[in-house]
Amino acid sequence: MTLLTGRLALALLTTQFLTTQLLAQTPAIPTPARRQGGFVPGQKRADEDPAQVARGKSLYGLSCRACHGADLRGGDIGGPNLLRSQLALSDREGEKIVPVIEGSLQAGGMPAIPMSGADAKAVAAYVRSVMATIGGQGMPPSALQPPTILVGNATAGKAYFEKQCASCHSVTGDLQGLAARIPDPKTLQNTWVAGRGRAAGPNRKVTVTVTAPGEAPVSGRLLRLDDFLVALELPDETSRSFRRNGDVPKVEVNDPLAPHRALFSVYSDEDIHNVTAYLVTLK
Amino acid sequence: MRILLLLCAALPALAQVTPADLLKPLKNDWPTYNGDYSGRRFSALKDINTATVKHLSLAWSQRYTPGPNAPAGRGRGGAPPAKLIIGGEGTGDFAAGGGTIKASVLAVGGTLYFSMPDNAWAVDARDGRELWHYYWKTRGGTHIGNRGLAMWNHYLYMETPDNYLVSLDARTGKERWHKTIADLDQGYFSTPAPIVAGNHVLVGTGNDIDSPGFLLSFDAETGELEWKFYTVPMQKGDPGLDTWASLDAARHGGAQTWIPGAYDPETKLYIIGTGNPTPAYTTGKRGDGDNLFTCSLVAIHVDTGKMAWYFQTSPHDMHDYDSAQTPILIDAPFNGKPRKLVLTAARNGYFFTLDRVTGERLVTSKYGEFTNWAKGLNKFGGPEHDPRKDPTVGGALVSPTSDGTVNWQPPAYSPDTGLFYVPEGNGFSLFYLTDVDPRGSMGLGGKEEVGVGTGGNYLSAIDYRTGKVVWRHRYYGNGGGGGLLATAGGLLFAGDGMGNFVAHDAKTGKPLWNTRIGNVTNAPQTFLLDGHQYVTVATGDTLWAFILN
Repeated sequence: MTLLTGRLALALLTTQFLTTQLLAQTPAIPTPARRQGGFVPGQKRADEDPAQVARGKSLYGLSCRACHGADLRGGDIGGPNLLRSQLALSDREGEKIVPVIEGSLQAGGMPAIPMSGADAKAVAAYVRSVMATIGGQGMPPSALQPPTILVGNATAGKAYFEKQCASCHSVTGDLQGLAARIPDPKTLQNTWVAGRGRAAGPNRKVTVTVTAPGEAPVSGRLLRLDDFLVALELPDETSRSFRRNGDVPKVEVNDPLAPHRALFSVYSDEDIHNVTAYLVTLK
Repeated sequence: MRILLLLCAALPALAQVTPADLLKPLKNDWPTYNGDYSGRRFSALKDINTATVKHLSLAWSQRYTPGPNAPAGRGRGGAPPAKLIIGGEGTGDFAAGGGTIKASVLAVGGTLYFSMPDNAWAVDARDGRELWHYYWKTRGGTHIGNRGLAMWNHYLYMETPDNYLVSLDARTGKERWHKTIADLDQGYFSTPAPIVAGNHVLVGTGNDIDSPGFLLSFDAETGELEWKFYTVPMQKGDPGLDTWASLDAARHGGAQTWIPGAYDPETKLYIIGTGNPTPAYTTGKRGDGDNLFTCSLVAIHVDTGKMAWYFQTSPHDMHDYDSAQTPILIDAPFNGKPRKLVLTAARNGYFFTLDRVTGERLVTSKYGEFTNWAKGLNKFGGPEHDPRKDPTVGGALVSPTSDGTVNWQPPAYSPDTGLFYVPEGNGFSLFYLTDVDPRGSMGLGGKEEVGVGTGGNYLSAIDYRTGKVVWRHRYYGNGGGGGLLATAGGLLFAGDGMGNFVAHDAKTGKPLWNTRIGNVTNAPQTFLLDGHQYVTVATGDTLWAFILN
């Protein structure tokens, strides 16, 4: 989707997705909990009758599951994903879904299902109740636990570390017990690739030295820098700013994460996976 | 006779936009999303120029409150509340949240017309005072932004998040009619600015849950639907179907029409970029093909709704790199011959120059400094995705992020410099495949993306003849604002992402003027009024107008 507004949106999506993952780890027929503000914000749909939904769920298991799947996302013998069916998404009280169950799409390969009208309405209610649990931006309501991200080779990772990382980092120093501090391998990988986390320590502060013409250089923590202004916090915790005009005053930035960022275009994904496989051994 | 003429001249300029007005190059007014049909966002005004811009200063600024309860006098001038007109099919209890002006502001005859989701305003261009405020009570939908209004004679057109095209009388703000664009229950939400071409109102929409994209044409007078063009194959025998694993996959394939296109009145072709395939991050039942006409430039004849040509800028996208960027039409030499060209810098880090009459590809280049998701070009000259850089279980480190090197922000082009300008973001993300279900996921699901930092963000200038980046001006923050404006005064206006609104030298990128008004949220614009050249820009809920004092 085109309209993402940046990192914050991304972080929110990630959190939402993780929550979904944690809540639903099995692929059994979902018993949906109505999700507030489902995938269509503000959408007003009538609450489903729980008894009707329960009946529809049983009927779905008998007559629909083989083709459309336990999770309604399509089954082994070719039935399409119902959760993204425009027809089903538009259904309010069976008026779209029931005719299909009765055979209106036989030309498209959907057979007529022998079922009473009342039963077909119950199935429609169940389908709608699962749709109500679809996540934001069309994410499916349930998914399997993601596989482990540990796909690398720890021995190769150790060799890479000793060659490329050991000039700044030490497994007996700043990285000691890293995997105990960050037990989740994915979090660990995200953290070290970005250069975040405690290992970066006090040195992660971006500092700057500003030299105005005829003045002694001043250094401190960088507060703000753009084409027109540089502002810094001095060691005595006061701050100072300078108007910038091209190269005047002289501005020298020391960003401890710059070497990490410079590696983004150097690593292969295999290098990253191998180093992570090694770092998770640093308990 | 002479007296009559004098009387006529004394009448105030009529705030209207005729179809003929829309054929003129951009100068005194700003009557359509991109100023004119070309998408260049290049104004012929030059009172504000490289020599005078240092005197550019504030004329006025005003805040605007969306919804039915705007407090009186909230603007800096303490202006009285505007006439409020309420429409809509909803109950009015949807909490849409604060409003941000991402819209292009139409400037016509001394009046400005702009929007936030569910809200439209007319304000006096001399002081920002509200003339009327239209509020649409929504039924819901994703309220992420509204790109602005379209104008045809005295009438305005706005799309709403719950998928209505609303026509207003520009003089009063009163609603003329509203028509349905798409079904809210199917997950559609409409953010684009409509585009008027002749008597057609061209309307796009958006959706994230595996629904087909389309473009609609409405009759500007009556609102009658004239045609519907689907951007993915919908029937057996439709072109492009062989690039999908099945008709069912194609019919759920996405390719939304998020952003207005450019229009060539000579060929009557409307050229628009389409969105990503769905599901976005997993191949699943999409199959391994190109998934036409997702992530493509498509040229559609406005009288028939038929596609004349297409070029796919991101075949088989796997990173939500939709190609819904504003294309730019130029008439310019290429290999020594005058050509009618279309240029686009896609979200995926690649730049293209095509012949806009035939769709023939002339240039493909990688403008994103660290763009790494592709392994060369396919036989058509589009980048070929590298499956090793698709989301993987162990994580793939990819640039750009899913936000792209550029997102919706309009680029600009100056015929004086021959340069195409675009904000260029070179962020990196780890893309994890979290759903290994062979059926693929849905919507934007099945992956986790974690941003890890940037390789550098820039304002960049590209030579359309080679696709090479001629200069990059470094941004210190995330860069980019709401888009760009180029002028015959030799200037390029942009937000810098650090709270500055900046005028750059269009030749070199050197900053010549800045004002610290907060982060810019729409593309800057310019118009002439009372002999003054105005430059306007939005930050959140506030509009700012600058003139030479």
